[in-house]
Amino acid sequence: MSEKAISLHYEIDGNNFTVAGQASSSIKKVLKQLGVAPEVIRKVAISMYEGEINTIIHGKGGVADVTISSESIIIVFKDNGPGIPDIEKAMQSGFSTASDEARELGFGAGMGLPNMKKYSDNMTIESEVGKGTTVTLTVNLQ
Amino acid sequence: MKLKQVSEILHAKVLTKSPWEDNEIQSACGCDLMSDVLAFVKNQAMLLTGLVNPQVIRTAEMMDIKTIVFVRGKMPQAGVLELAEDMGITVMSTEYPMYIACGELYKNGLGGRGE
Repeated sequence: MSEKAISLHYEIDGNNFTVAGQASSSIKKVLKQLGVAPEVIRKVAISMYEGEINTIIHGKGGVADVTISSESIIIVFKDNGPGIPDIEKAMQSGFSTASDEARELGFGAGMGLPNMKKYSDNMTIESEVGKGTTVTLTVNLQ
Repeated sequence: MKLKQVSEILHAKVLTKSPWEDNEIQSACGCDLMSDVLAFVKNQAMLLTGLVNPQVIRTAEMMDIKTIVFVRGKMPQAGVLELAEDMGITVMSTEYPMYIACGELYKNGLGGRGE
């Protein structure tokens, strides 16, 4: 892979569940083309897809910025949604504030954030109630 | 197990058009919670599910799942099969409910090592 970092930007539509996953799908294809190891692609695909779904369900849409370098893949989700009042509680498996619509799609069981943490090498959450949330995921390449 | 055998055991109808009979699966997972699929399923598994929305196909794509069986005779919304075709995923539909579909496959030697 070249030494120069690649930056990709995605808009995540908060009103359209049917297109959820397009950004993750695109990143998966890019990583495959770059020859990234399958186990790394898997980690990125799972954590990014959960992040994309979360951005729609909870953030009411937002953006994802992905930076691919020779050391890592960094994914930043940013939304202007309601924010997370208690991050520790939100991280607990099984805790969820998702809508019925999200549940009908097979999500909203309180596993999104735990899955993102499990499949990334580092995860940080910055959130302010009423302003929005930024989640940063890092998956190491080495 | 070859998909031809899967379709015979489940009396399933194949809904996608790409060649499928000789494709093989190593294990299967019966699940309606996509986060569970993302958390636990290993490669080369087949997914049996009662959900028929595009997120099932997207989840399969992320996990490199190449075969999906919709149980209880459910048919997907418009666009779902096209998305599956684009991803090279074979989609079947069986009249069996989840428990019976999984049981029949297990009885015929298909394990759940993918879970």
